[in-house]
Amino acid sequence: MSGSPARARVSALLLVAPLFLFLAAFFVWPLVMMITVSVTDGTVRQVMPETASSIRAWDGSGLPPQEVQDALIADLRAPSEQMAFGDAVRRLNSEVSGFRTLLSRTASAVRDAPAGQPIHLAAIDPRWGEGRYWQALQRAMPNYTDRNLLAAVDLKRDTEGSITADVSANRVIMVRTFTIAALVTLLCALIGLPYAMIAAASTGWVRNGMLLAVLLPLWTSLLVRTASWVILLQNEGLINKALLAIGIVDQPLQLIFNRTGVIIAMTHVLLPFMVLPIYSVLLGIPRNLMPAASSLGASRLRAFWHVLLPMALPGVASGSLLVFMVALGYYITPALVGGAEDQMISSVIAFFATGTANWGMAGALGLILLVATTALYLVYGRLSRSPNMVGA
Amino acid sequence: MKATSTLLRIGGAGLALGLMVAGGTASARDLTVVSWGGNYQDAQKKIYFEPFSKEIGKPVLDESWDGGIGVIAAKVKAGVPNWDVVQVETEELELGCADGFYEKIDWATLGGKDKFLPAAVSDCGVGAIVWSTMLSYDADRLKTPPTSWADFWDTTKFPGKRGFRRGPKYSLEFALMADGVKPEEVYKVLGTPEGVDRAFKKLDELKPNIVWWEAGAQPLSLLASGEVVMSTAYNGRLAGINKTEGKNFQGVWPGSIYAIDSWVILKDSPNAKEAMDFIAFASAPANQSKLPDYIAYGLPNKEAAAMVPPALQKDLPTTQANLTGAIALDGAFWVDNVEELTKRFNAWLAK
Repeated sequence: MSGSPARARVSALLLVAPLFLFLAAFFVWPLVMMITVSVTDGTVRQVMPETASSIRAWDGSGLPPQEVQDALIADLRAPSEQMAFGDAVRRLNSEVSGFRTLLSRTASAVRDAPAGQPIHLAAIDPRWGEGRYWQALQRAMPNYTDRNLLAAVDLKRDTEGSITADVSANRVIMVRTFTIAALVTLLCALIGLPYAMIAAASTGWVRNGMLLAVLLPLWTSLLVRTASWVILLQNEGLINKALLAIGIVDQPLQLIFNRTGVIIAMTHVLLPFMVLPIYSVLLGIPRNLMPAASSLGASRLRAFWHVLLPMALPGVASGSLLVFMVALGYYITPALVGGAEDQMISSVIAFFATGTANWGMAGALGLILLVATTALYLVYGRLSRSPNMVGA
Repeated sequence: MKATSTLLRIGGAGLALGLMVAGGTASARDLTVVSWGGNYQDAQKKIYFEPFSKEIGKPVLDESWDGGIGVIAAKVKAGVPNWDVVQVETEELELGCADGFYEKIDWATLGGKDKFLPAAVSDCGVGAIVWSTMLSYDADRLKTPPTSWADFWDTTKFPGKRGFRRGPKYSLEFALMADGVKPEEVYKVLGTPEGVDRAFKKLDELKPNIVWWEAGAQPLSLLASGEVVMSTAYNGRLAGINKTEGKNFQGVWPGSIYAIDSWVILKDSPNAKEAMDFIAFASAPANQSKLPDYIAYGLPNKEAAAMVPPALQKDLPTTQANLTGAIALDGAFWVDNVEELTKRFNAWLAK
C-alpha cells in the first residue's frame, strides 16, 4: 500500500462496491418496482388511445356519447399486441367482473364486421348498455391510480369518486398477521432466553447437544417440520393419545387447524432465530461477573436481575426483531396447521401475485405491510433507545 | 497502485466468470416439462418423460408447480421462458390463451382434433387428463354412506367435521347443489348476484364444521386421521391411496365436478419443436392408455380411453356411469369472477 488516504478510500469503496451493487439490484430495485407497479395504471390507455382521449370529457352519468363508443370500436379494430391487450383486460376485469368475456366477445365481433357498416356495441353485448362498464373504463385511463392502495385497506372509490368501504378483509388479516407475529415473538423470547442461558452456562457435550437441538431443525425443510406438527397435534395424534392414555382429558383437545396449532408450530420453527443471537451475546459476557456480584453480597436472583439480564437484553432485542420480521411473512405454516381464521396477509399477497397476476394489488398489499412494519420498527427503535439495534 | 490494479484484475475476472455462467445457461437448455408433482408426476415420468427422452436421445428435465396464471405471466414476460411444456388447469388455459402466453398448437401432428374429446381441444392446449372433485369419505368409518351434498351438509345425520378446499371455486357450486339446485343449473344460478348470495348463505350453515384444506394430499390425511368424516377430494388421489395404502375411501360421483388439465407450450419457448413432439408423444393412444394403471384419471384421447381395461374403467371420471349427475367446471365463469369472488370469500371467512 502506498499509504495515501485518498487511495485507501478508493480501494475501500471498491471493496464494498459489490455489496452496494447487490443491495441495489436485489433489494432497492425490486422495492422501487413494487411501489411503482402498485400506483401505475396506463395498461388500458396503451391499447385504447382513442377511447382514452375521448372518454376524458364524459361526465360519468348515463351512457357516454356516441363518439366514445366509436373510439372504442376504432381501438378494438386497430391491431394491438396480444399480451398488452391481455394486461388491459386483466386490469378492467379486476375492477368489474365480466369485462374479460365482454371485451373478447366485442373485439372478435368488431374485427369480423365489414369495414363500412355501423356497429352498435349494445347489440353485440347488452352489458355495454350499463353505465358501470363505461365508468370502469374511464377510471382505468389515468396513468396513476390509488385504487390498489385503497383496496389494500378495504376501501374503494364509488361512482362519484369519493372513498367508501369495500367488501374485503385485508385490514382484519393485517391486524391478525401482526398479532400472531407478536405472540410468536413473545413465546420465542420466553423459551429462548432460559434455553440460551443454560446452553451458554454449560460445557462439553451438554452445550453441543443443546446447540445441535436448535440447529438441526434449522437445517430441515420448513415443510417437513410443519408436517410433523400435523402428525403430533391432530385429534388422533401422539399428544392427544398420550393425554387420553394418562387420563388428563377424556376428549381429544383441538390442537390443530386453529390458532393454537399455528402458534405452536411457528414458535418451534422460529426458535433458532431467537436462541442463536442471545447465545452469542451471552458468550461475550465475562464469566466472572456473576461470582463477582455474589462476592459483593447479591443474591443469585439479584445478580441475575441486575447483571446478567441487562447484558443479555441486546441479544433478546435482536432475536425478537428477527423472529418478528420473519414471522410476518409466514404463510405455509398457517396454511397447513391453521384454520380459516388464522391465515396471514402473505397468503392474500400470494393469491394476487401468482393466482391472478394482479401485480398492482400484490404490490400495494406488500407496500402497506412494509409501511406498517417500518413504523413499528421506528417505534421500537425509539423505545429501546439503542444506537445500533440491528447490529446489537 | 499495485493494490488497485490487483483489485481491478480480480473484479474483471469475476465479471468475465459471471458472463460465462450467464451465457452458458442461456444456450442449449434441455426440454423442460412442468406438471403437478406427487405420485401423478412419478407416473408421468415413467410413461412419458423417460421414454420420450430415450426416443430423442436427449435429457428431458421435469419440474413441478402449484398453478397460478401469475407464475406463467412472470415466466413469459421475462423474455425467454425457462419452462417449455406446462400442464395447466382450465382457467390458466383460457386466461393464458386470451393473453398470448402460449404458442398455438399444431393439431396436424396430433392426428386431428376429432381424435380427442371436444372439451379437450383448444387453440393453445391439448387435454392431458380428465379429473373430478367429489364428495369422499372413509367407508371403514362411516357405516351409512352419504350420497349427496345435502348429506354433506346434514350434521345431525353425520356428526363431525367436513373438509373443504379453501377458496370460492367448488365451494359455491357444492353449496348450491346442497341447497337443492340441479347440477346442470348450478352455473346459471351462480351467474346471478342472488345465486351467489344463496351459495354463501348455505355455506354459513356449515362454516363452524369446516376444516379448510389447500393441497390435494391434505383431504386424504384428514380422512385417514378421522379429523373429518367427509371431505371434498380429487378422485385420482382417492383411488391411488386405496391401492397403495389399502384404505377404503369412497367417492360420490353424482354432484361431482370434472375438469380437464391441458398441456401448453409457453410463448417463445426455445424448444418449441421438441415441445410439440413431446405433447404428441404424451397424447399417442399407446402411451396415454398406460396412465390409469398408475392413477385414476380419465383420458382425453378417445382411442386411448377405449384401450383402458374394464377393471380400471370404473374409477375414471370419463366412464359413462360416473358422468351421470356430474358437471363440467365452467372455466369461463371462473375466469371472469375468480378475483371478485375470492375477495368476498376471504371477507366471509374473516367474519
